[in-house]
This record gives sequence, C-alpha cells and structure tokens, in this order.
Amino acid sequence: MSLQIENLKVYYRTLAGDVQALDGVTFNIADGEIMGLAGESGCGKSTLGNSLIYLAGRMKYVEGRVLLDGKELPVWNIREMNHHRFKDLSIIPQYAMSAMNPTRKIGKMTAELLESRGIDSHAVMPEFKRRLDLVGLSNDVLGMYPIELSGGMKQRTVMVISTLLDPSLLIADEITSALDVSTQKAVAEMLVEFRQRGFVKSMIVITHDLSILYQVADTILIMYAGKLAEKAAASTIINSPRHPYTRLLISSLPEVGVTYAGKRLTGIAGTPPALLGPPEGCRFRERCPFAFEKCLEEPPFIEVEPEHFVACWKEV
Amino acid sequence: MTEKAKSTAKRTTGKTSEKSDAPVTPAASDIPSERRAKKAAVTSTGMGNAREMVYFAIRNRKLVIGLIIVVFFALFAIFGPYFAQHKPLAYTSPPGHAPTLSHGNYFGTDYTGRDIYAQFVGGLRLLFEVGLIGGSIAAVIGMIVGFTAGYKAGYVDEILTMITNVTLCLPVFAVILVISSYMPVKGVVTEAIFIGSISWPWAARALRAQTFSLTSREFVSLARLSGERSWKIIFKEIAPNMSSYLFMMFILLFGGAILIAATLDFIGLGPSGTMSLGQMLQYAVSGSALVLGLWWWFVPPGLAIMLIVGGAYFMNVGLDEVFNPRLREM
Amino acid sequence: MRRYFARKLITYGITFFAAVTVDWAIPHMMPGDPIAALVGRLGVQDQATADALYRSFAKAFRQDIPLWKQYFYFWQSLFHGDLGISIMQFPTPVTTLISRSAPYTLSLLIPAILLSWYVGNKVGAMAARRKGLDNTVLPISYLLTATPYMWLAILLAWLFAFIWRVFPIGFAYDATMQKGWTWAFIVNLLYHWFLPFLTLFLVSLGGWAIGMRNMIIYELEADYSHYLEALGAPRRLVRKYAFRNAMLPQITGLALSLGAILGGALVTEIVFSYPGLGFQIFRAISNKDYFVIQGIFLFIIIGTLVANFIIDIAYVLVDPRTRIGMQGGQA
Repeated sequence: MSLQIENLKVYYRTLAGDVQALDGVTFNIADGEIMGLAGESGCGKSTLGNSLIYLAGRMKYVEGRVLLDGKELPVWNIREMNHHRFKDLSIIPQYAMSAMNPTRKIGKMTAELLESRGIDSHAVMPEFKRRLDLVGLSNDVLGMYPIELSGGMKQRTVMVISTLLDPSLLIADEITSALDVSTQKAVAEMLVEFRQRGFVKSMIVITHDLSILYQVADTILIMYAGKLAEKAAASTIINSPRHPYTRLLISSLPEVGVTYAGKRLTGIAGTPPALLGPPEGCRFRERCPFAFEKCLEEPPFIEVEPEHFVACWKEV
Repeated sequence: MTEKAKSTAKRTTGKTSEKSDAPVTPAASDIPSERRAKKAAVTSTGMGNAREMVYFAIRNRKLVIGLIIVVFFALFAIFGPYFAQHKPLAYTSPPGHAPTLSHGNYFGTDYTGRDIYAQFVGGLRLLFEVGLIGGSIAAVIGMIVGFTAGYKAGYVDEILTMITNVTLCLPVFAVILVISSYMPVKGVVTEAIFIGSISWPWAARALRAQTFSLTSREFVSLARLSGERSWKIIFKEIAPNMSSYLFMMFILLFGGAILIAATLDFIGLGPSGTMSLGQMLQYAVSGSALVLGLWWWFVPPGLAIMLIVGGAYFMNVGLDEVFNPRLREM
Repeated sequence: MRRYFARKLITYGITFFAAVTVDWAIPHMMPGDPIAALVGRLGVQDQATADALYRSFAKAFRQDIPLWKQYFYFWQSLFHGDLGISIMQFPTPVTTLISRSAPYTLSLLIPAILLSWYVGNKVGAMAARRKGLDNTVLPISYLLTATPYMWLAILLAWLFAFIWRVFPIGFAYDATMQKGWTWAFIVNLLYHWFLPFLTLFLVSLGGWAIGMRNMIIYELEADYSHYLEALGAPRRLVRKYAFRNAMLPQITGLALSLGAILGGALVTEIVFSYPGLGFQIFRAISNKDYFVIQGIFLFIIIGTLVANFIIDIAYVLVDPRTRIGMQGGQA
C-alpha cells in the first residue's frame, strides 16, 4: 500500500480564531514502511494521526488530499470515511487503557463491533484468539471485563483488536508513552512483528520518544509547529540530520554510557510559536542559530538527497 | 506557603490544567452527581479566565433566561409588598372576587375576603428567605462533610460516609414531619434549619467525589509536602478550584429547599402566623377553591414556585456550560 | 463484594435503629397529653370515671412505666407486629389502618416510579441524540421537575375534574359503588386512580429525562465511544453502549429519589382525598393521632430500606465493575 498526503491542512476551531495545528503537510509512505512521526507537544503529530482516522470535535478540514493506494480518502466526510475505518486504516489510540467499554466482556464487545461492521464474527474469532496468543495473552481474556486486566494487557488487547482486519495503514498514537521502559521495548517489537506477519502493511508511529523510533522505524518524520521539518531514514535522522531543529534535538539527547561532569544538559532555548496566528516564514527561525534573512520566507520541503527531505534554506 | 513553593505550585497548576484534557476513567461510584463531579473536576480550571467566562456567560441563553426569571421574582418579592393595599391575613376585602383593579385586589381575593396579591408577594419573600437560608445551611454542612471526607480519606472518610448514607437512607421527609409536629409554633428560620439539615447528603457526596479527584493532583501533594496544614490546603488550594462547582451546588440546594418548604407548608407544618405560597395552596384546597373555581387563588403560588425553581435550574445548566468549556457548543 | 453488602447492611441497620428511636420518641415529645385528649373525646362527665379511664388507657398505652422500659417494650411490640392503637379511630389498631391504606399508596407509587423511570430514560436518550428534540425536551423537563407535586395535582384536578368533567374529583372510588371484584368496580377504581397517578408520573418524568440525557452525553464523550467511532462502528452501536452504561447511575438514582416521590405521593393524596398512607398521615397530624403517625412512619422506613436494598442488589447484578473490583471506597 502506499500513502500520499498532499498539502493537508487541519485547523482547530476556537473562539479566538483557528489554531493552525496542521498547516500544509506533504509526504509519502511506501508499502511496508514504518514511519515514525516525532516532534514536541503541540507540533501537530497527533492532529495528523487523528485527522486521518476521525475528524472529530473541534477539528476542521481546510484543504489537502489523502490518497491510500491511489484511492482518495474523503477525510472531511465522517460518514463516508466509515467504509475505510478499521478495514483499510486503523488506529491504536493514545487512550488505549480506557478504550474498551468497561461494562462489556472483551470477546462480546469485539464480536459486536465486527457484526456491526458487517463482518461475520465467528469467522474472525479463531484468528483473534491466535493473535492474542501471539502477544502473550491467554484466551481467557475474551471472557473478562477490561477492569480485570492490567494496563499492559489492555494495551496489547487494543493493539490486537485494532489490527484484527489487517488494515493497510496503522496509526499508533503515543502507545508507549504511559509504559515503563521494558514494556515499551516489548510493545515496539510487537509492532514490527505485526508488520512481519502481514497483519499491517505500513505504519505511522507517533511519539515524542526518538529512541523508540530508532529501534523500530524505517523512516522518521520530524514535525515542528504544524509543519514538516525533516524526513529521512531513521539512521540518517539520528546520525546525520540536516535540519537545524533535528540537529539540536539529537544533540540534546544525553548519550548512554557517558558521564557528564560539570556540564549542564542543554535543551533548545525558547518555545514553539503559538499556532493561533503563526509567524511568517520558517516557524523555527526564532530559535534557530543559523537563521538569516531568507528565513522570513517559508522554506519548501524538498528532497536534498535520495529519500531525504528537509525544509530549510540552509540545506537547499 | 513560601514564595518559592507558591510559584512552583502555580507552574504545576498550569501544567495540570493542560493535562486536564486527558481522559478520566470512571471510578466505581456511579451516582450521577458524582460522575459529573469527576467530569467537572477534570475539565474546569476554577475561575481561570474571568473575562472569557463573562463573555460566555452573557451569550449563554439558558443562563440569561434563568437569571432573568429569578431576578424578576426576586425584585417582585422585594418591591411588590409596597404596592399591596391590604395585609395578607386581614379580612378586609369582599370574598371570592376575581382579579380586579378596584379595591386593590390585583390578584383577587380568597373566599374569606383576604387579598391574594398581598399573600402572594408576602409568600414570595418567604420563599426566598427559606431558599437562601435553607440552601446555605445545606451547602455549608455538605461542604464541610464532603471536603473533610474527600480530603482526609481513610477512617474519617468511612465514618462520614456512613453518616451521609444513613441520612440519605432515612426517609427524611418522614423525620421532618415528625419533628415538625413536635413544634407547633415555629418561624421561617427554624423551617429553613430543618430543611438545611436534611438536604445536605447528596451535596456532601458530590463534593467528596470532587475533592477526591482534586486531591490526587500534583499541586495538592506539593502543598502537603511543604507542610501546609490540612484546612489551609482545603481553603487555599482546593476550594478555589471548586468554587464554580460549589456555586452551582448552592443553586440546586436553593431550588430543593424551596420545594421542600412548599410541601411542608402545604401539609400544615409551615411557619406559624405566616402565609407562604405553600400555605396559600393549603388554604386553597381546604377552602374549596377548586369547587368555587377561584383559580386566581391557587394558580399564582404554584406557578411562581415552578418558574423560580425552574429558572434556577436553567441558570445552573447555563453556568455548567460557562464553567466547563467542554460542554460549550461552538 | 461481601464487604460491599456488609457495609450496606450496617448502614441500613444504623438507619433503622436511629429511625425507630426517633419514631418512638414522638408521642413523648409532643406537647399535650394524648391520653387526656382521648379521654376528653369520650366525654365522660364523672371525674372518677374519667380518672379510671385515664389510668386504664395509660396502662394500655404503657404510659405508666418508666421511659426506658417503654422503649424496650416498643421494640418488643415491633417484632410482634404490634404498632399500637389509633387514638382518633379507637379501637382500630394501627396495623389495620396501614393495611387498608398502603395498597392505595403503593398502587400510585409503584407504577408512577417504574413508568416515569422507563419513559424518562427513553426520552432523555432521544434528547441526547437530536439537538432539535433536546431544545424542547430540556426546558420542559426542567419545568416539570421544578413543579411542586401538589400544585400539579390541583391543576390537573381543576382542569380535568372541574372544568372538563372527564375524571372524578377525588377518593378511591364512588361512594355509591358496590365494593367487590367486579369489572365495574375495577374500572371505577382506575378512573379515580388516574389523576393522582398522572401527577406523580409527570413530575418524576422530568427528573429522569434530564438525568439520562446528561449521562448519555457523558458516555458519548468517553474514550470507549471514541474508540468505537475510530474503528467505524455505526452510531447505533455507540449509542447502545452509551445507553447501557448511562442506565447504571440511573438505577442508583432510583434509591435517592424515593424520598422525594414519597413526599409527592403524600401531598397528591391530600389534594385528591385519595385514601392512602399520605392521607392517613395528614389526618393523623391534624388530629394529633400520634400512634398512627408513629406506625405509618415505621412502615415507610422499613419500606424504604427494603427498596434501597433491592436496588443495591440490582445494581451489583447489572454493573460488572462492582461485582469484580470493589475495593472499599473509591477505585
């Protein structure tokens, strides 16, 4: 499968105006690619993930196209998108711990969900049980209520349910954020295994944790203040990033096995711009050590090397 | 609290209010008021942005309409009696007359010759008295019990919850009946005290749930760590965040007190020597107003109660939307 | 779960004990002497006879022994089902009075509670779905729940019994009717029953509709609803789950609302002179018939506690969370 996003803009409606959370992003994901989507809080990564699946509440579609396997996805139309949800694209939500109906047994809930989508639940149940086994959950889970499971177990159950119909695209929204480090590793590895076994074709893994992405993702897309900053293979991003923001990000990560004595851990000075009436030009220029006059004009997101996209005048 | 701790607490409060948009898993208690209390605790950030709130308040139709109704009757209660040409209990008018401008019987008279208008405006005053006093007493008791139970938790909580549940279970109406019959002569304030002392349980419950959700937040732990005394924490950290909720709770208690008072008065357990709206209805029924068709006797009192209490409830819904941004429609 | 029920039983036990004690204390706290009043009613001229009567009545009513013994005997008679004798309607025992009037009150309460709960929940659920419906249902429901029961009773009586003579004015059945299980009698009973029932039904309806609407909105915003939507579940399924989950607090709400509707039944019976417990209590208060007040009060307490207990059981059966994860206090 392949995903093509063209100039997607999704804003949030507020009384004070539109918050330009996702302001014109364009990129592609190839078949079988696990793309990590990283950035700080408020950069628009969750908006991107959620707008693909369900444009809820305050989100407002402004413009842009989404093409899955060459077919246009009507993301602006909640009703029509229903054909595609769960079957063509699916999501493991950020709130996976509380994503299941607390008063319904898990097996029953899944069966009802499948039936409501017009799928014969009996045909799918054996596969469901097999996959639960795969992630280390016993079949007894089907007869339990969510309250009887631990956080990690619920996470895994939701992962299985979300991928039950073998979607082409899976969006994993901050699925490791609430977990401890060893569970994080297990969950990340599970994602890769899902792809290996063909449960999922491609993935967007949304997180702010670059270290996980390094383990799991093929490519990483860095976002900043609603715009794309850089996209490249994971190793390239970590080892030889080109966008100033990415470089500062990577260098602000402490190294394992190195002791710092008498040195302070530096972050990136400043804060991201407000997205209600964002500044002109490159959104990073206020904090960028390399900014010059050209930066008042918005830099295009272009391919500077094969499969390496950067949005920075310095790198053009 | 030291200045340093205060500023740290402020920053933490700021962060917490961001996280307040994160989902909250419903706990095992499922009383409607408690669920809403949890939801309110998560979404409201106290008297955050005052200007923004006023902006919303003015535009909220429910709040405005409710407020207008209640204020209208309140003004009527305050100024109405000055226009009354008779005393409520005086037999100074021709009996059984329909509303007329002559002789000052704007609302007509009852069948013994008493002026309805005078009774009505007097009754309105009594209604507001009982509502405000009774509601306040219930609110205060509920606050104390709810806060303490929610904040202290553990043993203290168990005892207080037991007391709350017992009071809740007691067919308190029957209790009031009984105790009221013991006091043949009483005033409005006494009645209000009775009412206040039986309506607090559900308020205590809801406030306890609210307090629970708030005490689990960081800024309270911080205050505790810095050695702040319990009641100080309650007043300075928790209460401001719940002020909006408390206010809405008070409005509900106000409405409830009015209804209970009306019922008590109707049965004959009202204050002595007065003519409240409930008592008007009582006399109307016993005075065969139905048979005689004296609709002006029984329609106004009940109508006023319905509109005032209904208006107060409306205000509450509107206030809820103003204080909890999540509920606002775009 | 055992702990959950244990706590409930303890609460009920304490409530019962407290209520019975207050109940017993009534005649002893009332101003005036009920026995003297009773003797007075008999209109005996001769003082000596009056004194003798007074003594024998005092004995019958156990007023001649120390207070704490009276309290003890009270509990004793309670367990024997003896609630004393009415002063005003001497020598009718209170239990007889109760058994005569209770069916009428229950016939009003039970259908009114159940129907208003059911219909109110359905209406509230519908209002939560459609904005247009919501804009009419909400104000009406709030006004209904703010309406004093007796006022609505008076209005209904006035409109339907006086102006448009569709229903009778009051009482349980026409005085001219032959009592007995004949079809005609039953119809007549229903005829008289309808307006009081309607009063209770309408006012309670408002409260349930509002509650349900709010609960459903809350459930529709819950994470599990969002998850289902994200996976493309039809609105039908999401709403079905929301409805089921919203019902739970409504069940608990039943217990909380009992007090209010009891008061409502009381005043409605007064307006319609409907011979239920409420009407009895009203007459007893006016006539200072303390033992009747005591007895009916006790009956109400026991009834309320039993109802509460039933509701608690129902709740545990319906909500898996309480069944599984009850860890004393909050989860």
